Amino acid sequence: MSKATLLIDIKGIRDGLLVKLGEAPWADLQAALINAIDERPAFFKGARLALDVGSQVLHVAELAALRELLSERGIFLWAVLSESSVSEQTAQNLGLATRISKTRPEAARSAPQAGAGETALWLAHTLRSGARVEFPGHVVVMGDVNPGAEIVAGGSIVVWGRLRGVVHAGAQGEAGAVVCALELSPTQLRIAGEIAVSPKRKGKIQPEIARLQDGVLVAEPWQTKE
Amino acid sequence: MTAKVVTVTSGKGGVGKTTAVANIGVALAAKGQKVVCVDGDIGLRNLDVVMGLENRIVYDLVDVIEGRCRLRQAMIHDKRLPELYLIPAAQTRDKSAVSPSDMVRLCDELRLECDWVLIDSPAGIERGFHNAIAGADKIIVMTNPEISAVRDADRVIGLVEAEEKGTPELVLNRLNLAMVRRGDMLSVDDVLDLLAIKLLGVVPEDESVIVASNRGAPLTLDSKSKAGQAFHHIARRLLGEEVPFLELEAQRLWQRLLGRK
Ligand SMILES: Nc1ncnc2c1ncn2[C@@H]1O[C@H](COP(=O)(O)OP(=O)(O)OP(=O)(O)O)[C@@H](O)[C@H]1O
Ligand SMILES: [Mg+2]
Repeated sequence: MSKATLLIDIKGIRDGLLVKLGEAPWADLQAALINAIDERPAFFKGARLALDVGSQVLHVAELAALRELLSERGIFLWAVLSESSVSEQTAQNLGLATRISKTRPEAARSAPQAGAGETALWLAHTLRSGARVEFPGHVVVMGDVNPGAEIVAGGSIVVWGRLRGVVHAGAQGEAGAVVCALELSPTQLRIAGEIAVSPKRKGKIQPEIARLQDGVLVAEPWQTKE
Repeated sequence: MTAKVVTVTSGKGGVGKTTAVANIGVALAAKGQKVVCVDGDIGLRNLDVVMGLENRIVYDLVDVIEGRCRLRQAMIHDKRLPELYLIPAAQTRDKSAVSPSDMVRLCDELRLECDWVLIDSPAGIERGFHNAIAGADKIIVMTNPEISAVRDADRVIGLVEAEEKGTPELVLNRLNLAMVRRGDMLSVDDVLDLLAIKLLGVVPEDESVIVASNRGAPLTLDSKSKAGQAFHHIARRLLGEEVPFLELEAQRLWQRLLGRK
């Protein structure tokens, strides 16, 4: 067996090809993949490809370069699956899907679901329209969440800025999750199974916190003292 | 020479990118700069029409990239100005004829030829957009004072940032002050409030833009129109001058008078 076949595993799925990358430096994985493709160009040409990068941490430059190499070979990269939230974010920023329709049972088993109270994803920038962040734990944004951006969190969502996009806290049913923001004017806000849209607001803008109270979504000013 | 490569892009179509590239190109060239405008909208070229150079096309961008001609041969000289050139897009090809790395190479070659390279990006966020921004040093995001255009601009700014190309600057086109005063149009401040990037220019809605485009004579060439002046201001800001935003001050004055802010 050649080295390349150890590094990459290619199989057909309903909507194209799924390529799973092993554990190795990114440059080696990329070379192995391109090699495998160049050995059988006719097989790959025109394919829709989903890439499972495992725990590799990928930045825009790397993923964009790979997409370019693939596109030169007539292959359309449409999805990147990853265990790393950085890589998922990168893929989303490049407009790639981060899920394929078939669930990945092995991944679900091996990666322990972070409970709502345990981990948080720290985002140090504004989320602009089209950005979508999904995370099993809490999500903290240092910046705005603009209209057209979306956050889905297993836990709570904290926005140190203006929240005007769509947010879903407690997405796996955690009714104790909260959403707070310096300016809470979401296009749509959900906690667990409850949905609310922002009312037209008047009066001064102040930090607010939204939570579920007896099954009803309520938002109230955030205060340190009563 | 080492030119600055500037790409004008928008996400949403029809907001005025082609108009802006033609007019900023003319305005910079009128200031004695050597300017090459590049039509990056392959398959839907129209910068040549707006600049009135359609009948002089022999070679195009794809000919340069595929080596059928030298760069200089594809640069059409606009004789109304000493140093203004256009590289037209191919009309009979599609965006897949060009890759981002082709554009990077082309821009590197152009940098040695002039002071400014202005690239007209196609609408959308697909391949043509990625091609258009690949070689850019600076990106201008253009939008109109409409929610959907601003939303698309926001998306494009996010994509530009994700490609690690720095934060773009904003040109707001087709502002109608009378409508803003009535509260029927987003104001400059409304747009800046959402996009939170540096403002490079505000261009008013102006019928003379359409007249000029149809004549193939960008209005920065001679007219004293408001829009023409706004494009001249943008060119001066690109050259590093501090030029006050007349439109913005007028708008803020009105808002104060009406007690809205
Ligand atoms: N400031 C303005 N006032 C009035 N009309 C304008 C103004 N700016 C642009 N227009 C008109 O809007 C139309 C679209 O402009 P233009 O072709 O420059 O947009 P574009 O962004 O390049 O479009 P596309 O996305 O299709 O390439 C044209 O008819 C143009 O004359
Ligand atoms: Mg155009």
